[in-house]
Amino acid sequence: MSGLTFKGGVHPYEGKELSKDKPILRFMPQGDMVFPLSQHIGAPAKPVVKKGDRVLYGQMIAEAGGFVSANIYSSVSGTVKSIGKHRVATGDMVESIIIENDGLYEAAEGLPIKDINDMTKQDVIDAVKLAGIVGMGGAGFPTHVKLSPKDPDKIYYCIVNCSECEPYLTSDYRRMLEEPDKLVAGLKIILCLFDHAEGILAVEDNKPECIRNLKELTENEKRITVKTLKTKYPQGAERQLIYATTRRAVNSSMLPADAGCIVNNVDTVVSIYHAIIEKRPLTERIVTVTGDAIREPQNYLVPIGSNVRQLIETSGGFKTTPEKVISGGPMMGFAMFDLDVPIIKTSSAITCFTRDEVAQYEPSACINCGRCADVCPGRVIPARLASYAENGNEEKFLKYNGMECCECGCCSYVCPAKRQLTQSIKTMRKLLLAKKKK
Amino acid sequence: MSDLLNVSSGPHVRSKYTTSKIMGLVLLALLPATGYGIYHFGAGAALIVVISVATCVLTELVYELIMKQKVTVKDLSAAVTGLLLALNMPPTAAWWLPVIGGIFAIIFVKMLFGGLGQNFMNPALGGRCFLVICFAARMTDFNYDGMTQATPLALLRAGEAVNLKDMVFGNIAGTIGETSVIAIVIGACILLAFGIIDLRIPASYIITLIVFMGLFSGRGFDPYYLLAQLSGGGLMLGAFFMATDYATCPITDTGKIVYGICLGIMTGIFRCFGSSAEGVSFAIIFCNLLVPLIEEYTLPKCFGKGGEA
Repeated sequence: MSGLTFKGGVHPYEGKELSKDKPILRFMPQGDMVFPLSQHIGAPAKPVVKKGDRVLYGQMIAEAGGFVSANIYSSVSGTVKSIGKHRVATGDMVESIIIENDGLYEAAEGLPIKDINDMTKQDVIDAVKLAGIVGMGGAGFPTHVKLSPKDPDKIYYCIVNCSECEPYLTSDYRRMLEEPDKLVAGLKIILCLFDHAEGILAVEDNKPECIRNLKELTENEKRITVKTLKTKYPQGAERQLIYATTRRAVNSSMLPADAGCIVNNVDTVVSIYHAIIEKRPLTERIVTVTGDAIREPQNYLVPIGSNVRQLIETSGGFKTTPEKVISGGPMMGFAMFDLDVPIIKTSSAITCFTRDEVAQYEPSACINCGRCADVCPGRVIPARLASYAENGNEEKFLKYNGMECCECGCCSYVCPAKRQLTQSIKTMRKLLLAKKKK
Repeated sequence: MSDLLNVSSGPHVRSKYTTSKIMGLVLLALLPATGYGIYHFGAGAALIVVISVATCVLTELVYELIMKQKVTVKDLSAAVTGLLLALNMPPTAAWWLPVIGGIFAIIFVKMLFGGLGQNFMNPALGGRCFLVICFAARMTDFNYDGMTQATPLALLRAGEAVNLKDMVFGNIAGTIGETSVIAIVIGACILLAFGIIDLRIPASYIITLIVFMGLFSGRGFDPYYLLAQLSGGGLMLGAFFMATDYATCPITDTGKIVYGICLGIMTGIFRCFGSSAEGVSFAIIFCNLLVPLIEEYTLPKCFGKGGEA
C-alpha cells in the first residue's frame, strides 16, 4: 500500500540513520538549570519562587500567566539562584528562573490528580493544564487549550502526529519504539474527552517497525487506527497531516477543530499519560543530538532546563568544528549562535553540521522555473510572494494568498537560484500578523 | 567558540539543483540537435554555433563589466541563448549575422530588462526575429546540397509533395537545429527525464496546432499533412526548447496549458493565413507578451480553499 499523502513537498536527505538505532539514554545535567518563563505560545508564566528558595524535583516554579499559557516545573532539586534574562535557542533574551542543581533529585509530591476512573472530562483537561503540557513538536501551543474546543462533540478525529518528517530527528521514533504502550494509553485518555472521535496514529512508511508495533498494540482498540503515510517532508505539518489522514482541508484562518480534528505530537501524548496516570508534571523530553559534526549521535531523555553545551559534550562533543548548530531539525529549526542555552519543552533535537549549506550558495536571480510552486504544500507561488515581500507590496502579497504559507521551507530548499524565499515570506507574514493584531 | 557559528533563517539545507546545473542540462539536451546540424550541414554550421555562443557569453560579460554588475556568465544562461540562436540560423549565414543577433539578444532583450529571469521575451528568439526583420533575405536563404532550396513547409504550402521520412530524420533544408525531429525529441526526453520541463506547454501547443490546422488549413485532418506540419518549421525545437523557457512562460500549471493553446492558435494563424509558412518564432515571442495576463487569470487555488488534490 502506498502511503497517504498531500500534493507538494520535498525529499531532503533524511540523516536518521545516524541516531535511529540509539536507545534513549538519561542525561544527567550538572550546574545551573535555566527555565525560561516563555516556552510556549501565549502569555509568559509567572514565577512562584524567589531567589534563595529551595526547590524540589517536580515542584512548580512558575504558574500559567493566563488561559493560553502553561505552568513550569523544576526538573531538578536545588536552590533558586536568580530570576532574570537568559539567552534561549532563538537568540532572544527571555526572563528565566535559574536553579542551581544539587544533583540529589529530591522529589516533590506527585500532582494532586484524582484517579483516572473518578475523573470527569474537565478534570482531565485541568490535569493536563496543571502538568504544564504544551505541544512538544515545536510550536509549544498549550495542550489544555487544544483539548478544549468550542464543541467537543464535533471532534471526529484525534490524530497523533507520529510522522516525524523533519530530517535527522529520531526522538519520536525512539519513543514509539520503546514506549508504544504509553503512546496508545495517552491517546485513549484524549479519546475519553471526545465521544465521537476516532483515534489515528499517523506514521510515515520509513518507520515500519513502529507501524507494526502500534498495529499489534491497537488490534483490539475499536476507536484507534494506525495509518501509514508516505515519507515526505512536511508530512507532519498540521494541515498536511490532517489532509493526508482525513481528506479534510484546513486553511490559515481555520483551526484544526473547525475541521473536526485535534492533532498532537508523540511526546505530548506521552506527557499526557505521565500526568494523568503517573501524576508527573512535564519536566523532561526526548532530544536527538545529531548531525555530522557530533562524535556520537544519540537520543537522550533530557530534563528541561539542561544546558545545550553540556548535552553536546555528553554526546562525545564535536568530531569536527561545526559551522552551524540548530535547535530542532534542518528544515524548521533555529540556528544558534550561542550554545549556552537551555533545552526547553519544544526542543526536539540539536543538529550540528560541519558545513553550512546555506552559506555555501549565494542567492541569485529567480529564473521563474516554478519549482517552488510545484513543491509548495500550501499551493501558493513562493517566488512571487517573496518578491512582493521584498518590495513591501502588502496588497499583492495578500492577493496571492501569502497568509496561507505554513513556513515549511520547501521552496527555499528546492530553489535552484538559492533564494531565501521562506525567509522573505516569513518576515512579511510576521509584519502583517502584527498589523492585524493592532 | 560561539562566534564561529553561522546563523540564518531556516531551512538549513538546500537541494543540489542550481541554476547553472539546469542550464548545463539544457545545453546537454541541445547537443543531439546541434550535433546533427553540424553533421548535416558541415563545418559552416559549427562555425556559426561557436560564433553565436561566444558572442552571447562575451556580450553578457562585457556588459556586466562595463555596468559594474556581478558577472553571471557562469550560470550558463547566455550560452544557452547563444546555442538556441545558432540553431535558429540558416547554415550558410554570414559570420556577422550571429554576432549582431547575439548582441541584440543579450543586451536589448535580456540585460536591459534586468538580466536573467527578468526578460519578457525569449532572448534567442528576440535575436532571431530582429535578424529576420532586418536581413530577411539572408535569414531565409536555405542553401542545401549546393543550391538554394525552399523549406518543406514552403513547398507544402505551394501544393508540392514533401518526403515525411526526410523531415523526421532531418534530411532537409532549414535552420541548423530545426531539421531533425528525432534529434530534438531525444533532447526533449533528456529535459523531461531530469524534470527540467514538463509536458504541459509542448503537449498543449502541439495538440492545439493539430486541431487548428485540421480545421482551417483546408486540408482537413490528413495525417500526412499534419505530420509534415509538426515536423517542419522548427515546431519541435520551439515547442520543447523555446516555448518552455522559464523566464518567458507562465509559472502556474494551468497558465502553462493556456499558454500552449495560445501558441498553437498563433502558429496556426501564421501558417494558414500569414505570409510565412513557418511562424513558430513569431508565435512564441507574441505569446511571451501574453504571459503576465495569463498568469494573472490562472492563479492556483491555495490549500484549504479548494486547491487540494
